[in-house]
Amino acid sequence: MTATENAGTPPTDDAPVPDPNAVQITVNGVAHTARKGQLVIEAAADAGVYIPRFCYHERMTPVGKCRMCLVEADSGRGPAVTVSCMVPVMPDMKVETESPMAKRMQEGVLELLLANHPLDCPVCDKGGECPLQDQTMTHGPGESRFVEEKRHYEKPIPISDLVFLDRERCILCDRCTRFADEVAGDALIHFISRGNTTQVMTFPDEPFASYFSGNTVQICPVGALTAKPYRFKARPWDLEEIESTCTTCAVGCRTVVQSSRDELLRSQGVDSDPVNWGWMCDKGRFGFEAVRTERVTEPLVRTAHGLEPTGWNAALRSAVQLIEDGKLAAGPSAVAVIGGARGSNEDAFAWARLAHDVIDTPHVYAQMGDGLPVGMLAMPRATIDDTAAASTIVLLGPDLKEELPVLYLRVRDAVQKRRVRIVEFTPRESGLTSLAWKSAVYEPGGQVEAVRAALADPEIADQLAAGPVVVIAGRSNLAESSGATVQAVQTLLAGVPGATVLPAFRRGNVVGALQVGMRPRPGGLDTRGILQAAADGKIECLVLVGADPLADFPDTDLARRALAGARRIVSVDTHLSASAQHADVVLPAAAFGEKSGTTTNLEGRVTTLGRKVTAAGTSRPDWMIATAIARGLGTDLGFRSVDDVTDAIARMVDGYEGVTRDALADSADGVLSAPPATIAAIDPVEVEVPVRNSYDYRLVVTRKLYDAGVTVSNSPSLAHLAPGQRVHLHPLDVERVGVQPGADVRVSSSRSAAVMRVEADPTVLRGTAWIAFNQPGGNVGDLIDSTAIVTDVRIENL
Amino acid sequence: MSDTALEAGASASGSRHTVDPGRPEHPSGDDRFALVDTHLRRVHDAQDQLIETLHVAQDVFGFLSDDVLLYVARALRLPPSMVYGVATFYHLFTFEPPGEHTCTVCTGTACFVKGADDIVADVATAHGVHVGDTSADGRLTLRTARCLGSCGLAPVVVLDGVVHGHQSPSGALALLDGELGGVR
Repeated sequence: MTATENAGTPPTDDAPVPDPNAVQITVNGVAHTARKGQLVIEAAADAGVYIPRFCYHERMTPVGKCRMCLVEADSGRGPAVTVSCMVPVMPDMKVETESPMAKRMQEGVLELLLANHPLDCPVCDKGGECPLQDQTMTHGPGESRFVEEKRHYEKPIPISDLVFLDRERCILCDRCTRFADEVAGDALIHFISRGNTTQVMTFPDEPFASYFSGNTVQICPVGALTAKPYRFKARPWDLEEIESTCTTCAVGCRTVVQSSRDELLRSQGVDSDPVNWGWMCDKGRFGFEAVRTERVTEPLVRTAHGLEPTGWNAALRSAVQLIEDGKLAAGPSAVAVIGGARGSNEDAFAWARLAHDVIDTPHVYAQMGDGLPVGMLAMPRATIDDTAAASTIVLLGPDLKEELPVLYLRVRDAVQKRRVRIVEFTPRESGLTSLAWKSAVYEPGGQVEAVRAALADPEIADQLAAGPVVVIAGRSNLAESSGATVQAVQTLLAGVPGATVLPAFRRGNVVGALQVGMRPRPGGLDTRGILQAAADGKIECLVLVGADPLADFPDTDLARRALAGARRIVSVDTHLSASAQHADVVLPAAAFGEKSGTTTNLEGRVTTLGRKVTAAGTSRPDWMIATAIARGLGTDLGFRSVDDVTDAIARMVDGYEGVTRDALADSADGVLSAPPATIAAIDPVEVEVPVRNSYDYRLVVTRKLYDAGVTVSNSPSLAHLAPGQRVHLHPLDVERVGVQPGADVRVSSSRSAAVMRVEADPTVLRGTAWIAFNQPGGNVGDLIDSTAIVTDVRIENL
Repeated sequence: MSDTALEAGASASGSRHTVDPGRPEHPSGDDRFALVDTHLRRVHDAQDQLIETLHVAQDVFGFLSDDVLLYVARALRLPPSMVYGVATFYHLFTFEPPGEHTCTVCTGTACFVKGADDIVADVATAHGVHVGDTSADGRLTLRTARCLGSCGLAPVVVLDGVVHGHQSPSGALALLDGELGGVR
């Protein structure tokens, strides 16, 4: 009795009211209280009895395929062979998992599964962590009666660029195919053929190109699916591991980072109930390769011959000198700091202290001009779980499948299993459009109108009034100002009182960086303002903390002018990015897996980062670099260890009071932080969208999961997956331009012109052109003017 | 908004704009797809009609090419991998173009007892074809079937859909010679 109990009517007697959801069973003779509807396999697990299984996975629908979980269960009609992953508990059920009958069944199933299994364990990557191996040891018959020839297939065949399939090892448990269809929604693999020749396969010539393919490798209970980056790299017993949080995007999936001989070799998803449910995207899973590729390993200082390696003392002295010179030349506000979203909360906090307290500049910002204003964080915030439990999810942001892939999985699950309805506003069809209850595709700048139209629609209004509404709000188009989206969110919140917002900020720890202080003080500039000031020659010293404006700031021309106009540039980075190449001093920073600390995901959840390998070369964590620079500038920040910084955050940052090291150690799923009260709400925005000339196309620029960014381009397994730069037009618009799809066209804006291939794409609205951002072989950022409300381009036949 | 903007087919903002793709027209322009379409219309593109649709497609094309499977998958809004999985599950679907004539020998229990194996062996030798394959000249495809349910007629040979009962190796060869025009 919980919520249904009325406070006004006290219980009549003291006897505890029997829980209507309790079911009494016995497991191996021990009494246990299970929940109504619970599967026998789960109830037994709760009672501390592990039933062997292959196909059963707690995050997917049971199918009862492998028969490994057979038990003897008596629900009143005598003992019966029961598939424990398919049958719910019944009152007074007696479950026997170790009776002679159960043992015989388990041995029989294993003997059958092994009849065709090649037993090539010595050369199998799964050997040592293989459920089939383990359960054969614990439950197997020990000897096989099969003497016949086993079936033979071509040994591993690639079913995608990342995943190899060994059909001989497969036990047909349906985990990978179920995951692909049910969880990821990319049903690219399926069982084919029949009987003894049944096998998992893709459609001919259609690879398993899913953003989530790595999960199938993780959940494969045998060595049938292996991932290219880890094949033959290590044996499981040689791996050391530590739990951490993926910082590739802002979802913050829990992961376990594994290394051998001081080299990162693998990331596996960890089941964190409020966040990722054990899933990861392939970029997060395999992006660790970038940690060991093309790193800056020692400090670099610009000399007459370019950037030259030097020692830390000399480099820190130079960096301090550059900052001091900048301050001397035009005061503290001539120094600006951009970045901090890549690192940990500790890194961002130390840099915020350095920038605000020591350098004393108001111009500090963690975002790269590709998000929404920091004031979004002050809106009533929803968690991912709130989102999944809402009755309506309003999408007013990026394509979640491309930018926040695991959030896409959670939203997809909410729609499929909890019947949540999606109302989507998007500039082009997104990965969730096919699941949306209502989807409004608007022309850039038209989102406010689209939201107003939706609010005026009685059917949608009824749905929005029917229960909790969560708005997933983010930047859906880099070629328009954030104003239109902010106004649309404000319109929506005004129309739907009580709606909460899940900020779809993209970059790893951007929410944490903004919350702990990497945001402008009153009077300070945002990134666009800083870059504009730099371009105007007003910035004496520009500090880039893991920031690469040339690659990430939507307006590449402004970024280029800013880097040319800033008199001194200090870059703290893991890789020598395009922007770092313009720096006067480059300080090498420790990367993911090389430093401990905490990170904050988009819902404000703080989780720990684990250090597993030695930092490359002499690189150091950003917080240490900030502390050293502060000391050079004459201030001791008082940080001797990363724990000092974590403690200081809990002590000093509004909203992080509960985020102590003890609390983090106690809670596997992290601790929720709150946005600081000093983050002011955004004033009502009113955007005047210019009318489009009918000869032009309104530009939509969005990110793809795989791009030319540092993580993907330095991960050998992922680098070639970036689709490259194309302009996508509606098929009728391709005709209108007068070219065949695949031909080269000239795309010109008020800024610049570029030649690229045109693709006919019915998911693009007529009159708009879609180009993916930061792709290899071209930079659409050259076309974008960040001061404009929207960007119109002309597209011409060459 | 000006007339030219309207001509451009764009609304300033707001409502969803879709062009109904209609029935996907096959780029090859092969009009046999129209026959598949007729069936699809009859069953209202119902996903549970997949197997029937595959039968129709195989009747029309003689075999199921990747192209045809993709066409059916798209029409029924099913993942191509699943359509492929269903098609490969059933014995009667074939993925290779059959020969001009198809000879199916029943190898069910009754036919087996009555010497179906001899018929298969003799036909295979005489026409230089392996079971499940098509002869090099493309004239004959030889298949076996489990049981055709006509055990009273055992052994049974089905030639181009016509059932011939009480066959012997020599009788089957004579039948084939008659059908194939006495080439051999």
